[in-house]
Amino acid sequence: MPMHGPARGASDMVPFAACFPFEDIRIMALEHADVLRAAHLARLGLSEDDAAHYLDDLGRILEMVDQLQALDTEGVAPLAHPLDATQRLRADEVTETDQRDRFQRCAPAVEQGLYLVPRVVE
Amino acid sequence: MHDKTLTELAACLAAGEFTSRELTESLLARIDRLDGEINSLITVTPDAAREAADRADAARAKGEAGPLTGLPLAIKDLFCTDGVLTTAGSRMLANFVAPYDASVVERLKAAGTVSLGKTNLDEFAMGSSNENSHFGPVKNPWDLAAVPGGSSGGSAAAVAAGLVPAAMGTDTGGSIRQPAAFCGITGLKPTYGRVSRWGIIAYASSLDQAGPMARTAEDCALLLNAIAGHDLRDSTSVARGVPDYTEELAAPLSGLKIGLPREYFGDGLDPEVESAVREAVKVYESLGATVREVSLPHTHYAIPAYYVIAPAEASANLSRYDGVRFGHRCEAPTDLIDLYERSRAEGFGEEVKRRILIGTHTLSEGFFDAYYKKAQQVRRLIRQDFLDAFEEVDVLMGPASPTPAFDLGARKDPVSMYLQDIYTIAVNLAGIPGISVPAGFAGGRPAEGRPVGLQILGTHFAEARLLNVAHRFQQATDWHLRRPAFAEENA
Repeated sequence: MPMHGPARGASDMVPFAACFPFEDIRIMALEHADVLRAAHLARLGLSEDDAAHYLDDLGRILEMVDQLQALDTEGVAPLAHPLDATQRLRADEVTETDQRDRFQRCAPAVEQGLYLVPRVVE
Repeated sequence: MHDKTLTELAACLAAGEFTSRELTESLLARIDRLDGEINSLITVTPDAAREAADRADAARAKGEAGPLTGLPLAIKDLFCTDGVLTTAGSRMLANFVAPYDASVVERLKAAGTVSLGKTNLDEFAMGSSNENSHFGPVKNPWDLAAVPGGSSGGSAAAVAAGLVPAAMGTDTGGSIRQPAAFCGITGLKPTYGRVSRWGIIAYASSLDQAGPMARTAEDCALLLNAIAGHDLRDSTSVARGVPDYTEELAAPLSGLKIGLPREYFGDGLDPEVESAVREAVKVYESLGATVREVSLPHTHYAIPAYYVIAPAEASANLSRYDGVRFGHRCEAPTDLIDLYERSRAEGFGEEVKRRILIGTHTLSEGFFDAYYKKAQQVRRLIRQDFLDAFEEVDVLMGPASPTPAFDLGARKDPVSMYLQDIYTIAVNLAGIPGISVPAGFAGGRPAEGRPVGLQILGTHFAEARLLNVAHRFQQATDWHLRRPAFAEENA
């Protein structure tokens, strides 16, 4: 992997964009279709124009993110939890009472305890 | 009453100088008079506040007052509050009345505190300037042309303006420490897992942590005593004893080993911020501390790693807003997909959409290893930098932010906004605690300039030490006693 950045422990590392000399590292350029695909996966309504607008922002964010590629992480275990803790299990006991009416009070549309949505099956 | 600390107010209440009800009325009147200018509160809850104050006064009359009984505060509008609007600063939740209290809120109520309302924030806590709120930007009481910082900008501004003596914030990448610095107050981000996240509207679950924002470290200690501790309802909350954080506040600092990360003093750091921070370090030397330079070599990878991990977690967390169970729903949906897509397009603001799209993209098929896995590997290296440093020194010190508060509207480009958080973000990735304390002014406009925050970092669960180190500084300096002209002129 090419090292474009300052070496580990270099004393001249500085915080701003100007000091990120990694700009030529692009693992994959973002395309218009990628934005539409992400919007679809996220169920986020986006017009073609919106997508064009986000393409520029997201492209620059990913360009910044691509600086990670300059770092050799071979053999480093991913860290998912800052204390390296694993998910705790609890006894398989009922602890919640039925509060349906209370929780449905903030729903946009309910009827007889059911959430109303547009017809799904014709 | 408006410029006293929680500790001072507690003494006044105990001595019978005024009641909690009187204090509450006085601050409610101040909010009514002043908050139109700074927009720090989204919802004010006068009726609930009066009831809580009366209950506190009754408890005191029966000799049942605890250390926080009757003390007023405000709560970031990211914490669910039973029966009260909880918006997360979003149009999505502009009509959401939470059906339960967050653990932190529950604990603060049980401690007898009096909440006056819910503070403004960047939408879903995504931002560094509080300009991303659906309810409008917050202004910095030190200079109404400046941002208060974010995302807990409303909490910081409300305390700085003397509307409340303390407020709760949350910090995912600096959202307590940076606004505390910009508004000249004290803000503590505890260790990940120290305070329950249950009932806090989730942004990035492996980074989010709640903490106190107040005038002094001593007040933060009092509040942390009330909110810290294990909670079975948050599986990431840590089952570990909670010390009395006020006990070690006054411990002497002789022999304290301070590390200055050289990466926190490079280009891009405002020279006046740097000189304020270096002056603060000299104060510590006069208190008996020793200072040495250390290195956190992966510092510059923290922002790139964060902007993979946080949006990825956010895109998953925010998938719950579907227009069906709660939150915004579009008009006349034609089918279920239309209902989801339009409700979410209308309900979320620009920055939230950006992060959902980034997170969805980086987690999608074909990209996961290159982005998410890589960022998690880098996250381990970043944490290791801190663990290595804490083998050599007790605490790290540096600026909370490279500049003082910037002007409203000055940072339009998202990436340049993200780069602001260079000194705070790695702390969340590592899960360690950090505190920002007022340490001077920079910028000289208006007369005094805008506040500078000294950031102090400790290893996991070192909150008592951080509070002690911050408290001793506040006994030796008076930066935390300065009040903005806005608060004074309107006394």
